[in-house]
Parts: sequence; structure tokens; C-alpha cells
Amino acid sequence: MSVVLEHSSSLLDSAPETPAAFPAWFADRQRAAWQRFLDTPTPKRGDEMWRFSTLKQLDFSVFTKGGAGDSSVAIVQRSTALESPVAKFVFVNDRLLHAESKLPQGVLCLPLAEALVTHGDLVREHFMKQDSRLGSAKWTALHEANLSNGLFVHVPANVEVVGSIEVFHWLGGENATIFPHTLVVTGANAKVRVVDYFQSVNDDEAGLCVAVNDLIAGPGSKLDYLAIQAFNERTRVIQVNETGVARDASATGFILNIGAAWARNESLSRLDGEGSRSDMLSVSVPARAQEYDQRTFQHHVSPGAYSDLLYKNSLYDKSRTIFSGLIFVDEGAHRTDAYQTCRNLFMSEDAEANSMPGLEINADDVKCSHGSTSAAISDEEIFYLRARGIDPVRARQLIARGFSVEVIERLGDEKVEEMVLRFLDDKFARIASGGA
Amino acid sequence: MSYDTSSNLDAETREAIDIDRSKGDFSFPERHKFDAGRGLTERTVDYISDVKGEPQWIREFRHRALKVFREKPMPTNWATQDLENIDFDVIRYYLSDGEKPKRSWDEVPEEVLRTFERLGIPEQERAFLAGVEAQYDSEAAYSNMKEELTKLGVIFVNSTEGLKEHEEIFRPWFGKVIPTGDNKFSALNSAVFSGGSFIYIPKGVKLKQPLQAYFRINSENFGQFERTLIIADEGAEVMYMEGCTAPKFETATLHSAVVELVALKGAKIQYVTVQNWSSNVFNLVTKRGLAMEDAEVRWIDCNIGSRLTMKYPGVIMKGERARGEVISIALANSGQHQDTGAKMIHAANHTTSNVVSKSISVGEGRSTYRGQVHIPKHLKGCKNNTECDALLINTKSRTDTYPAITVKGNQHATQHEASVSQVSEDMLFYMQQRGLSEGQAMSLAVNGFINDLVREFPMEYSVELKRLIDLEMEGSVG
Repeated sequence: MSVVLEHSSSLLDSAPETPAAFPAWFADRQRAAWQRFLDTPTPKRGDEMWRFSTLKQLDFSVFTKGGAGDSSVAIVQRSTALESPVAKFVFVNDRLLHAESKLPQGVLCLPLAEALVTHGDLVREHFMKQDSRLGSAKWTALHEANLSNGLFVHVPANVEVVGSIEVFHWLGGENATIFPHTLVVTGANAKVRVVDYFQSVNDDEAGLCVAVNDLIAGPGSKLDYLAIQAFNERTRVIQVNETGVARDASATGFILNIGAAWARNESLSRLDGEGSRSDMLSVSVPARAQEYDQRTFQHHVSPGAYSDLLYKNSLYDKSRTIFSGLIFVDEGAHRTDAYQTCRNLFMSEDAEANSMPGLEINADDVKCSHGSTSAAISDEEIFYLRARGIDPVRARQLIARGFSVEVIERLGDEKVEEMVLRFLDDKFARIASGGA
Repeated sequence: MSYDTSSNLDAETREAIDIDRSKGDFSFPERHKFDAGRGLTERTVDYISDVKGEPQWIREFRHRALKVFREKPMPTNWATQDLENIDFDVIRYYLSDGEKPKRSWDEVPEEVLRTFERLGIPEQERAFLAGVEAQYDSEAAYSNMKEELTKLGVIFVNSTEGLKEHEEIFRPWFGKVIPTGDNKFSALNSAVFSGGSFIYIPKGVKLKQPLQAYFRINSENFGQFERTLIIADEGAEVMYMEGCTAPKFETATLHSAVVELVALKGAKIQYVTVQNWSSNVFNLVTKRGLAMEDAEVRWIDCNIGSRLTMKYPGVIMKGERARGEVISIALANSGQHQDTGAKMIHAANHTTSNVVSKSISVGEGRSTYRGQVHIPKHLKGCKNNTECDALLINTKSRTDTYPAITVKGNQHATQHEASVSQVSEDMLFYMQQRGLSEGQAMSLAVNGFINDLVREFPMEYSVELKRLIDLEMEGSVG
């Protein structure tokens, strides 16, 4: 395939062009987004949303737009995770390479570039409706201005999708950028699971990924979303999640961080309806100089809703994590049940964990709590395993694995849990051999 | 459960759990010989220095601080916007009658004496205190310490006297625990400080009775900027207590203190505060202790009054096995924001810190916990425990928690826990079923909530806490 538009100029130099096939409203949105990107100041020291962050990671001037990347068959072959996904999409640098689907009738599941043309009004109804509140307003504007593809899923009322929809986002080429967007909408009592995989084509190319996912769970529906972030160690990632949960609906968001040099996750769950539930889960295993910066927001708008957050980090080498979470209970959101836990397991003397678990409560009839812990594996635990013939390195890994499994088990699907564990075990194997 | 359904009940409940905030609400006419006027300029600083007859180094210290104060922005990037309502130009920075502190209550001017008598200070001194200093606006009106303590070498004087008469003891530590540039308000204090207590406890001296200071704002628009420095030499022990009141003025008043504690090897300092400023005082205080090897610094802090309190007592654990602790109770009623917390900086091996904070929000009151725990690299065996519990009484009550915990390295343990709850319906039902009114039941439940912390306060001192503490109830409510 020939390269249509090969820019070597910086991503930040000029406004991106909206493809002619896309509807006019979308072109307007992209123009406005670019202006917003220019107008929004870059985060600086002293910004509470970026406390403890390494701000130099936000200099994106080396990155370029465009680049076709590798589009070989090998990539499709490498795009294998779950045994038999109900649908599978493979993108390389935001371009669709492969698609397969055996989804039930009525379920819309197509690349965003196609959905914008064929189901423009439906996309418009749900596309990026909320303001970015956790610090990355500038970067979500950059995402909106540059985005050209991703996945649009719309499950009509009372349709339950069995199995998982898999989306592979590959990033290739030196200093290339991608802006994948995932928009999932479930109708009343519908059910679906979407898994995004973020990976690099090669191990040695620097890259940038600014991803946004919008999850809109209709009344009584069940929406599961997983992000497996396994980029190479020269890639930077910003991933922003926005979840809205309607009455009696349940949404689960899970992030696995094992790759990238630097990853920033912002996850916001808005509990819009009574009886709604949001589970926010994450497992991160940073090693070497990796840094994961996670910010979360549990917004209880409606009374009688439940949210539960569990983030676990196992920190190796000189890695660094930042967790900043806030449970925000609106005035009148009584009978709120909200929990937030961040646990850090130290596997090295040089690692650093920052935790900022926060609460802002404006209603009185609530049950809210948060907890945060940091500790290393105790010598007794290692001794116990050594006494059973397990060497100390392996013993530590077993404990770290068990530590992470507690989160992964909450996904409630054996096949999916196995898949996540495979990624996790790969990471542990790389750490054991001196990698990350 | 909602109390909004019955405003009648609400008032009763409020009354039952409220405490006497009006105790300090009286004032006497001003009769100041020295008045630095309104607003803050280099001339204000010179005026204060002149009145006090200070040596050149203090004057220079003040001028440097004024520059820092002007350069520093308001911390509204993280703190409440209410800070913007402080008008530094209408505040009066120094007021005094020009008299030396009296050593006997008999010599204290009639009105000032009546002020402190109404607050019960002279009786308390006779009853159980080792020494008292009573500050009226900018300067101490009364200062006395038991004779035997003087013989032991204990020094208990105000800041002016401390720096002039005992420079060799206090100057080495003055402004060292809290540098001028620590924050905008510590800089402001450094520029215009007056009054406060400078205390030195010699090696091995363990004070059995507490020392006390009482701070009183009597003049409208007056800013009180006392400065306290307590040095406990090796193996010494001291408990220091402070109380504060002000009458309700029409306009806002500012209190911005700096308190530095130095606990040398094996020393122990306990610092108790019962803050009951009237509800238009901005109370922006910087408090920090330095704990050397095997030393212990404990902050026991109770915030009931003020419009906005921002206070995060800290401990820097600089020597091995040093220990830091903050025990904090805050009660925020309508129109109040209690923004309190703790800072624990671990700087040596095997240091431990503990933070227990309980807050109660009533009516439209807002309470905030802000904490920082820092454990740097290359240390081992550091431990921190943080617990913050918040109780919300009414529908419009508000509470926030913002801790920040940084741990580097793998030989430490930290745990942080926070919970927000309300008084459970079952508990109230159970008590009412035994004949208590709902208000009494609520009062009992609230007392139970803070009971374990109230025990940390010296009972005799808890004038302001009296309705929160029900001695008979101790141990009966879990």
C-alpha cells in the first residue's frame, strides 16, 4: 500500500485534515478540537491534576503524523489473544488491516471511519460528550482533532453478545502516533465485552498513543471493557476513559499496564442512575524506568449507586507509579456505596509509589471508604516458599502474581482471565530475564 | 436517614451536639499605645522592629520575609478560593499597649484581666499549670512560670524576649524548622511576628505539669502573628497547650502563626491546641516539629472555631527511631471550613509516624483532611499509619479527604485508611428505645465517635470541649 500523506513535520505544527468522506459535523468538531488544543495550556508544575507527574513526558514535538506502518500478514497473525473472539479488528497506525465478525444481527460493530459515514447520526449522538476532567483536556482535544479511526459498537436493547470483541491497535514506525477511539453503547438490558490491545510493531521504535474510550451503558445493561497496554519501552501513552452508567446498569473497566515508557490513564465513571454499578480495576507491573500515572474519578450523580475501585501495582527496579483517585458524591446522592483501594507491592529498593486517594462527599447518607497501602514482601513469606524448594526469585514472582490475580479474578470470565494472565506472565518472564 | 424532613428535630440535634462557641464572644475597648496602622509595607515592618527595639539581624530577617511573602502566590491551585477574600490592606499588623508582660495577675490591666478571668485562665494556672503566658493582640499581657522551674533552667518567655535575652539558645533554631519561604503565610508571619512563646527545657528535665499559652484577639481587623519555638534538650519532656478565642467582629480577622518544635535526642514534646476562634477568623497556621534520635513529637489538635482553618501540623523525623504523631479533631458547622491534616516526613531509618484524624460536619459545614507522608530512598524500616474518619450529620454537610503518600524503596510499610459515615439509624433507634431523645442519642453517638481521641486531651484544659466530652459516658459508648 502506498503512503498517501507522508508528513515528516511535527504532530504539533499544523491542523490535521479531516478526510473528505467524513460528515461535515465531524470536520467541524475536529477544527474546534484543534483550536481547543492550541488554546489549552500545557500542564505545568503546581497543577494539582499533575502532581508528582513527570511533565517532560508531555513534550510531544518529536512525534510525527501519518505513516502507514507495517501492514503485513504477520501483524494479523500476531493479533491473537482469546481463543475464539466473537469479532476481531486489527488496526495498524489507525488503519484497518483485518476484520472478522460473527456478531448477532442488529449489533453494530464497525471501524469508526466507516461508522462515521454509514451511521453518522448515531455516532454523533454519543461521540465525546463529556469534558475531560482529570487533567488531559489538552490531550483529548489533540485526540479529537487527529482521530481517524477506532471502533464503534452499538448493542441494541435486550441483545446479549456472548464472548468478546477484540480490537488490536498496532503502532509502528519511528516517532509515529496513533489516536485510537473506542465508542461502546449498550441499549437497555444489553450485554457486551470489548477488549482493546495496544502493542508496538517493533521493540525499538519510539511512538505516541493518545487513546480515548467512551463507554455508555444503557439501563440494566452490562458493559465490560478491558485495555491491555503492552507497548514497547519507547512508547508514551495517554489513555482517557469516560464511562456513564444508567439505572441498574453495570460497567466494568480494567486496565493492564505492562508496556510503554510512560503511561497516563485517566478513568472517570459517572453513576447516572439508581442501582448502577461501576467496577474500576487495574493491574500494573512497571519495571526498569517505566512510569505509570493513573488518575481516577468515581462520580456519584445518582442516589443508590455502587462503585468499587481496586488498583494494584507491583513495582520493580527504578519504576514509579502515581495513583490519584477521587470519590465525588454529589449533593443528594444518598445511599451511595463507594470504595477505593490502591495497593503497592515493592519489589525493589529503588521504586517509588505515590498515592493520593481522595474523597469529596456532599451527601450524608453514604458509605465511602478508601485505603492505600505500600509494602514489600516479608522475609517470612519468602522463607516459607524457600522451605518448599522454591528459589527466592520465583517465590517473589509467585507472590506478585497472586497479588495481581486478586484483581484479575474480578473480571468473572475464565477465558478472559487466562488471557490477561498470559500477558502478565510474559511480563514476569521478561523481568526475570532482565528486561521490562 | 435524613434530618431535613423535620427542621425541628434538626435544631434539636444541632443544639445537642453543638458546643459553646460564644464563650469568647465579648470585647473591651481598644487602648493601644502602639498601632502599626492598616496595611503592610516596609514601614510596618520597621515600625514593629522599632517598637520592639530589635537587633539588626531580626529586622533584616523580617524584610527578607516580606519580599518572599509578596512574591509567593496564594495557594489557590489546591486550596479553597475563600483565601482570595483576605484583604491584606485593611489588616492591622501590630497593636499593643506598650507594657511589659506582668508576672502577677494583680498587675494585669483590669480589662485584660477580666478577659482572661472570663476564659478561666487564672484559676487554671493555680490549679494545674506550670506556667502561663497570655497574649492580648500583639503582645503578652501576662507571663509567669513556677519558681522551681526557673531554678532548673527552664526558659519560658515571649518571642521578643527570647531572641533578645537568649539569642544563643534560640537563634540557631529560629526559622530552621519552618523556613521563611515554606509558604506564603509562614513568610507573612516571619515579616510581622510578635508574641508567642519561646521555651527551652534543659537536658533531662521532665515537666510534670503543662505550660500554657492563651491567645486573644480583641481588636477588629487585627491580625495576630505569634511565633512559637520550643526546644526540648536531650531527654527533656514537655507538654505545651494553647487556646485561642476572639469576639465576633463584623469583618474578617487573620491569625497566622508559626510554631517550631525541636525535640533533641530522646526528648518528648506534646503540643496541644484547642482552637476556638470566632467564625470570621481566617486561621492559617504553619506548625512543624523536628524529632532527633529517639525523640517524639506529638501534635494534639482540636479545631472548633474559625471561618477557615488551614493547618497541617508536621513532623520531620530526622534521627533514627524518631516518632511523630498527629491526633486531630475537627468540627465544622455552617459557614466553617476546617481544612486540617498532617505532614509526616521520614528522614531516618526506623522512624514511625501515626496520624489519626476525626472530623464532624454539621449543617453546611465542610471539613477537609489533607495529608502528606514522605518516605525517601535509602531508608529502611519506616512505618506510617494514617486513619481519617469523617462523620456527616446533615444532608448539606460536606467532607473531603486528600492524602498524598510517597514511598520510595521496599523496606517500609504504610497504610492509609479513610471512611465517611453517618450516625447509623440502628444506633439512634437503640438509644431512643432506651428513653433518650433523638438529640441526646445523636450527642451520645457523636461523643462516641471522637471519644478515643478526646482522651488524648488533658481533661482540665478542655474548657471548649466540655459539651463534647461527657466524662460519665467514657467507655460506655464504643
